[in-house]
Amino acid sequence: MANNDSTSKTITVALLLCIVCSVVVSTAAVMLKPAQVANKKLDFNRNILAAAGLLEEGRSVDEQFAQIATKWVDLNTGKFTNAINADSKYDQRKASKDPARSTELSGKEDLAKISRREDISEVYLVEGANGVETVILPIKGYGLWSTLYGFLALASDMNTVVGMGFYEHGETPGLGGEVDNPNWKSQWIDKKVYAADGHVELGVVKGKAAAGSEHHIDGLSGATLTGRGVDNLIKFWLGENGYADFLANLKKGEA
Amino acid sequence: MKVKELLFKPILESNPIALQILGICSALAVTSSLNVTLVMCVALTVVTAFANLFVSLVRNQIPGSIRIIVQMTIIASLVIVVDQILKAVAYDLSKQLSVFVGLIITNCIVMGRAEAFAMKNGPGASFLDGIGNGLGYSAMLIALATIRELLGSGTLLGFEILPLATDGGWYVSNGLLLLPPSAFFLIGLIIWGLRTYQPSQVEEEEFKICPNTIKEA
Repeated sequence: MANNDSTSKTITVALLLCIVCSVVVSTAAVMLKPAQVANKKLDFNRNILAAAGLLEEGRSVDEQFAQIATKWVDLNTGKFTNAINADSKYDQRKASKDPARSTELSGKEDLAKISRREDISEVYLVEGANGVETVILPIKGYGLWSTLYGFLALASDMNTVVGMGFYEHGETPGLGGEVDNPNWKSQWIDKKVYAADGHVELGVVKGKAAAGSEHHIDGLSGATLTGRGVDNLIKFWLGENGYADFLANLKKGEA
Repeated sequence: MKVKELLFKPILESNPIALQILGICSALAVTSSLNVTLVMCVALTVVTAFANLFVSLVRNQIPGSIRIIVQMTIIASLVIVVDQILKAVAYDLSKQLSVFVGLIITNCIVMGRAEAFAMKNGPGASFLDGIGNGLGYSAMLIALATIRELLGSGTLLGFEILPLATDGGWYVSNGLLLLPPSAFFLIGLIIWGLRTYQPSQVEEEEFKICPNTIKEA
């Protein structure tokens, strides 16, 4: 048997192994990509429904999603825009990194630590007999380790929270990851966003929120920084650089 | 060695967790619900079996100086493939398992069996050894998950068995069992039980503690 420990043999084995393994891994990744993308889209839609409190178990997500209208909002003007073709896929995450399609935020404005904000945001509306019943807004911001992506749903008065949930984040499981805890998320329901003078009061406080508080959510123990991140991203997206203008317009019926 | 011995010996007689004390980390992490545990068991068994098979196939070509790296590369590739398949087929479960599938790479059972068994035995035997150890790991994890989910949240596989006091039932759930440390107590109890049943599993003491003696200086 040839000597396995010679330098040339070592390098040959290492190279061959790496080539074989990388081919196997990349083949699997490429072949399974379409199924993974479809799953992600389904999960995305399911989260939109869940944030709005519309998700019913046992019915197909596609069927349930049919009641939701997807629209695009120009965040600079606060009005709906037709700049996006409904058939083409709008990749909001890509847009937020493209200097031509996003606005740079100064340090003071950038509460959510996202550095650039896309000019156009996809929003989801549930329309009933009396106009818009629920509006579902995508939100995102930096927590402790990762960017949290989620949805916030507001009722027709554009002030009452219908639901909130994150669909993607990389916070510590058991601590910051408790933002997924249904008990914690249920606290958001029926909270009010704006205080009487119009500023965003909705947010996460450290420790327990005062009993009967209209605007505050309990902090998560062991997750002060994640809680602060969630608080900041709510303040940002519902504030003047986020959806505040759009919500005001929508309420007046001028969006 | 006989097929039966390779497959079933690791379940009771040389359980990877209870006797070899390998793979404790994931036994703590994923056993708070039975559903997740089952997926983890299947994933680990598949990875261990195929890692053993491939390591055994190339075992005569592996240079001693890089053998651990070679094993790791094979294991890591397999784990990535399993993770990709889970994301494509069972997206919800893969979301729940999150990092733990990726962490199979660092699971001591996979590495331990590749180094201890597959490097010295033929592909067939190694493959069976991988399945056997996967089964041993699964048996332990399923036992833990059953106890933890039933007493911790009153459900099994998500179906309600013991109605919880918080939902108007009578059962006050034991929150400790949902936390990872509870698995330590349970594993300890199981190991105690196993070694009482089979005293041959008890390890010899490495040293003996002598009675305290006072030395005159």
